[in-house]
Amino acid sequence: MIRLRGVHKAFGRKVVLDDFDLDVPEGATVALIGASGAGKSVVLKHIVGLLAADRGSVTVDGHEVGELGQEALYALRRRVGFVFQFAALFDSMTLAHNVEMGLRRMPGLSSRDIRRRAAESLELVDLGELGDRYPAEISGGQRKRAGIARAIATRPRYLLYDEPTTGLDPVTTTVIGRLILRLREEIGATGLVVTHDLKTAYEVADSMAFLHDGRLRAHGAPGEIRISGDPVVRSFIEGAPELMETMA
Amino acid sequence: MPGKTLDFVGATGRAAVRFAATVGEWGVLMQDTIRGLRAVRIWGKLVFEQMMRIGVDSVPIALFIAAFTGIVLALQASYTFTGAVPVYLVGSLVGKTMIIELGPVLTGLALAGRVGASIAAELGTMRVTEQIDALETMAYDPAAYLVLPRVLAGGVMFPAVTLLASALGIVAGWLTAIQLLDMSTPEFVRGLETFFVPFDVVFSVIKSFSFGLTVTSLGCFFGFRTRGGAAGVGRAATSAVVASSMVILVFDAFWAAVLL
Repeated sequence: MIRLRGVHKAFGRKVVLDDFDLDVPEGATVALIGASGAGKSVVLKHIVGLLAADRGSVTVDGHEVGELGQEALYALRRRVGFVFQFAALFDSMTLAHNVEMGLRRMPGLSSRDIRRRAAESLELVDLGELGDRYPAEISGGQRKRAGIARAIATRPRYLLYDEPTTGLDPVTTTVIGRLILRLREEIGATGLVVTHDLKTAYEVADSMAFLHDGRLRAHGAPGEIRISGDPVVRSFIEGAPELMETMA
Repeated sequence: MPGKTLDFVGATGRAAVRFAATVGEWGVLMQDTIRGLRAVRIWGKLVFEQMMRIGVDSVPIALFIAAFTGIVLALQASYTFTGAVPVYLVGSLVGKTMIIELGPVLTGLALAGRVGASIAAELGTMRVTEQIDALETMAYDPAAYLVLPRVLAGGVMFPAVTLLASALGIVAGWLTAIQLLDMSTPEFVRGLETFFVPFDVVFSVIKSFSFGLTVTSLGCFFGFRTRGGAAGVGRAATSAVVASSMVILVFDAFWAAVLL
């Protein structure tokens, strides 16, 4: 289980998270929604220890992330797959080598195992034929899927998706949404999907959390969020800034 | 007037604090890099590749610079010595200058441009495209994976390239002397041997070793702290070259004061 309690994070004078709480229960997929720049990606980076909270608690499986030593942090990261917004593939490597990178840090895997599991992961995202291509030689949607393949290669317990559908056309967005659902079935990982794409959020999430002004503004099942009476949530869902202005 | 003085003092203080903070950040990265030495499995296979990129690929530009430096040294020495100093001392000046000063410094400055900018731009791009974050999420130590192989390769290859460049500079000076200055080969060699001491080579290696560590570590440092997309990558590359060049010249004076 991932749990954040009272997390505060500021960059200079800009407060991004202010007493932020979130629970991601075992086996569930939670969509964290909110406006661009609200701090959703910052939440993900706290979970894997890429950022440290100024105050508050971030725990994964009961371990306080900020208090882990280097080896314990690496052990935690091996249990977490991270899908980056723009895939963050290593452009000097083929897709297969990209996927193999995480596997090389897993103890007890032979070179043959690593190659086999990388190929399996690429197959899972329907990129089995493109293992020898470089990131620059494939489309944006394929890069996203390759990023997902790299994240799932270690068969992680948790999968964190950072804006998995940003910049994709509607059809590819649907493909990625279905892929997230399929991977949940096949890998069974607990998921946290950061997005401002409501269609994807409704489709893949068991529950949704709405981040606004650094705090958890709303939390509930997709159906509950969809009919929320909170003007801030409604403004976001309907893409209607005038609702916010009314409230102000 | 007191207000302007206070502004000046304040601005100087803030600049000094920023400089000290930057040096401190570089120190932390180097500490992480040294700690990364334990992770041989991560960096071991990457050092050879970096030696090729940093050293072997830099040989043409280093040799080009050294050859022309050797030619100019011979011509200028002959011009300066005419009628006053025995002409065979052209060999002394070319040899001594190439080995202990111009070989290491010109190679260091050329490689600061080529290698330092390249490392800063590469790592800077990796930073802004989250590739370094991706490494960390896959349980890699970025200092061990990215910095250590480059710094080790720089420490090994800068002296190698410098020795090669110095040798070619001397050969170019010799060819110039025998073709254009009416000197004979025995005369040039006599001059070369007159003031040569083996320690000159050691001095050259120590200097270029420190230049190698400087250029690669500063390239990595400015690459790692890149912010702000393409413009940030450009700034990182520029900062790496400027800082490396300045530190090379400071080290040049330092080693001369300490070792000569």
